[in-house]
Amino acid sequence: MRPLTDEETKIMFEKLSKYIGENIKLLVDRPDGTYCFRLHNDRVYYMSEKILKLATNVSRDKLVSVGTCFGKFTKTNKFRLHITALDFLAPYAKFKVWVKPGAEQSFLYGNHVLKSGLGRITENTMQYQGVVVYSMADMPLGFGVAAKSTQECRRMDPMSIVVFHQADVGEFIRNEDTLT
Amino acid sequence: MGRRLDPTNKVKRGPGKKAKKQQGAETELAKFITDEEHESKRLSSRARKRAAKRVQTLKKPKVGEEEPRKGFTDENSKWLKPSKRKRKIDEAESEDDSDEHWEETEEEEEEEEEQQQQQQKQKQKKKAGKDQGKNNEKSEVKMEEVDDDDDDDEEMVDDYGAPDDGSADDAAEEDSDAEELLPIERAAKKEQKMKETMGLESDDDDDDDDDEEEEEEEEKDDEDEDADMDEDDAVQANIEEIDKFKLPVADETEREGILPLDLKTIHQRIKDNIDVLCNFSTKREEGKERAEYISLLKRDLCTYYSYNTFLIEKLIDLFPLSELVDFLEANEIHRPVTIRTNTLKTRRRDLAQALINRGVNLDPLGKWSKVGLVIYDSSVPIGATPEYLAGQYMLQGASSFLPVMALSPQEGELVLDMSCAPGGKTSYIAQLMRNTGMIVANDANAERLKSVVGNIHRLGVTNTVVCNYDGRQFPKVMGGFDRVLLDAPCSGTGVIAKDPAVKTSKDEADIQRSAHLQKELLLSAIDSVNAESPSGGYLVYCTCSIMVEENEWVVDYALKKRNVKLVPTGLDFGKEGFTRFKERRFHPSLKLSRRFYPHSHNMDGFFVAKLKKFSNVIPTTPAGKDEEDSEAPEATAATQSPPVKPSKSDKISKTVPGKAGSAKEKAQHNGTAAKEKAKIKPKGKKNSTTGPKQAKIAKMDPETVKGAEAKKPTVKTTEETETSKAGKKTGSRFEKKQGKKTKSHLKGKKRMGKNKFKKLKKMLQKSE
Repeated sequence: MRPLTDEETKIMFEKLSKYIGENIKLLVDRPDGTYCFRLHNDRVYYMSEKILKLATNVSRDKLVSVGTCFGKFTKTNKFRLHITALDFLAPYAKFKVWVKPGAEQSFLYGNHVLKSGLGRITENTMQYQGVVVYSMADMPLGFGVAAKSTQECRRMDPMSIVVFHQADVGEFIRNEDTLT
Repeated sequence: MGRRLDPTNKVKRGPGKKAKKQQGAETELAKFITDEEHESKRLSSRARKRAAKRVQTLKKPKVGEEEPRKGFTDENSKWLKPSKRKRKIDEAESEDDSDEHWEETEEEEEEEEEQQQQQQKQKQKKKAGKDQGKNNEKSEVKMEEVDDDDDDDEEMVDDYGAPDDGSADDAAEEDSDAEELLPIERAAKKEQKMKETMGLESDDDDDDDDDEEEEEEEEKDDEDEDADMDEDDAVQANIEEIDKFKLPVADETEREGILPLDLKTIHQRIKDNIDVLCNFSTKREEGKERAEYISLLKRDLCTYYSYNTFLIEKLIDLFPLSELVDFLEANEIHRPVTIRTNTLKTRRRDLAQALINRGVNLDPLGKWSKVGLVIYDSSVPIGATPEYLAGQYMLQGASSFLPVMALSPQEGELVLDMSCAPGGKTSYIAQLMRNTGMIVANDANAERLKSVVGNIHRLGVTNTVVCNYDGRQFPKVMGGFDRVLLDAPCSGTGVIAKDPAVKTSKDEADIQRSAHLQKELLLSAIDSVNAESPSGGYLVYCTCSIMVEENEWVVDYALKKRNVKLVPTGLDFGKEGFTRFKERRFHPSLKLSRRFYPHSHNMDGFFVAKLKKFSNVIPTTPAGKDEEDSEAPEATAATQSPPVKPSKSDKISKTVPGKAGSAKEKAQHNGTAAKEKAKIKPKGKKNSTTGPKQAKIAKMDPETVKGAEAKKPTVKTTEETETSKAGKKTGSRFEKKQGKKTKSHLKGKKRMGKNKFKKLKKMLQKSE
């Protein structure tokens, strides 16, 4: 486990800012103690300093997970957010998409959100903006990328994609083995 | 049913278009339609007359047939027929048969002559050589039986009653409507069938057995349908047959080995046997030992519930006989599915509402839990709803709530879950701590840790470190926990309903193996607890086994080995743990532990014990006698040579990492502490020497420790007797083995690295 290099920090924060914008600083400067990011097995974990200290007792090969896993660095040194980061993306998300109850299931099975399943969408969402997907009961279901801007969404045909799927909570079951 | 629905016929007979329109309805009502269709074939006006005539002709034999039946219960009526009557019926039947055939031929005369010829042939055959015709008839009979079963399964039962038939006959005579005649037709057919079978029976005795067997099978079906009634009947019948339950004679039992007995009789025998055993003095058979009854019971239970002998013996020891069967029965059915609300993300009321909207039928779990819900049935998979995926609840057995509730972790504490997979209890701990403090979730199995990681992330638990150590090595990694939960790996005898493989796969060695592991884990779990923690110092030990060897015995062992005491679990239900079991006597405080059973609490079998650690000091002299002999001189030696002693205590500190804060206090009371421990010893719990803290202190001021050590040998003489007694109490080879093992472990520890030795030397010199 080691702190992220500047390069890695930059890559990760760029990625995060696509979803939560300047709210990133709320993640780092928290009133309830200092929180930090640590890299372990190519994965980035977000934890409080207290738990960090505790985790230093554990040898590297025996440590499985600390705090919350945000995502991992790929071999090409890109950062990929995992669904486990949703707990920290959802409260700070700038752009949101709500899906209708009928389309929940489809999204949770890893499909894109279609216009027909679109319940609501934040105003002036730009194209390719990172969005967090909610159910109509405001339950965060995952996140993705807006395929079209809000304006364009209005005059789309029902079967066209409005949000590209990136991660959904169904992955907790589908990809349990690869979460860490 | 479906096979009789002949589409070609229907088209011919139906009223054309209308029939087509109603096709959907017809397929739905196929049963009734086919009946009518089939029956109505014969119901020409003539046929009706003939039927009426037949009823009259049949009346005689019917009376003869039914009267004997009245004497018996429904169940027995079929096969318990007086043999004398058979002949009469037979005669009547032959008449009847000829009648019927004649009628049939007349009916079909106009239509088919060939058939008539055939039937005449058949008639001739019957009359001439019944032996030849037997086979044909038999097949006919069977066919008819099948048909009848298909048509009127329910009515079969009613038809046996005489009044029913009579009324039907009356009705038939009064009305000549086709519909009204249907029951008669059926009745007549049935009677014919009956007679034919009876005829066969009377004809040749060889076939009797076969027929009876068939009938018995039918009987069984009937019995299954209305089990309660029949069971009562069976009991009565048995009482009549044998007023008292008798043990089968030896050769009978031998025969049983060859011929498989049917489960019904075995079940009955188990019942009777237990009844006798419960009132042994009054109901026993003269000259029979209790052991004989018990051995029969064991054998029967093994066959009926398919356990292995070992497990049944264990269970017989564990439960009173009246409870035993309840327990075994409870293991055959599944416990209700329960879920735990994740209060980090939602409230129980909201969750219940959301699930109800998805078509889930649920209820609160019970008064004792504010987060549990019972799922009765669900139209959606309960482990894959969006609510589940969003982490609003966790699928968790009701029994898994208990240890965490007993642990009652407080906010801001440092908690260890020693074997955490699949993370249900861990996340419950986190939720009780509201995501504050720190949790270390450990499991020895790396594969199962994946589900832990998945679950804690799904449930939004952020204060957890997940690691993959062997629990036995854990004190080396870190210590000083406020609370520790040890859900030890076990034989799983409490969760047979979940995993029936346990029934046959476990034996003595398995139990001993897991008990051994549990003892090791429990000791290392105790060593991880910080006794001086202001809020905690507690440890909860739980297993999903109900074996005494894995529960009370393990805790009793820990009570002897470490400075811990049992405290109330805080669970207001469950049965008290055993303080005595067979030849073993456990510490009386073990009644503070709790046992849960599937039959009495409707949750998995479970054991929960809560321990409080009152001192971080580890008693170095284990209970075994031989141990003390070797240890005692060492201790004296230690007092003589100061440089050696700290090294010894240091070895202890290696096994248990010191808990920082408490050490200083210890140092001050060092001399008194030893005395106090000596006082505690007479309770038969443990022997005390220097603990990890003292080890540290020893480096600083060896004098005080020396003093403490010096007192030890004097204490020891009294201790020895006590501990040896304790050793006898448990009186098991196993424990002694265990003791030896720990000893060798300690000895191995005695060797220390060069660096450490140098360091210690330096420190000692300084302090001097």
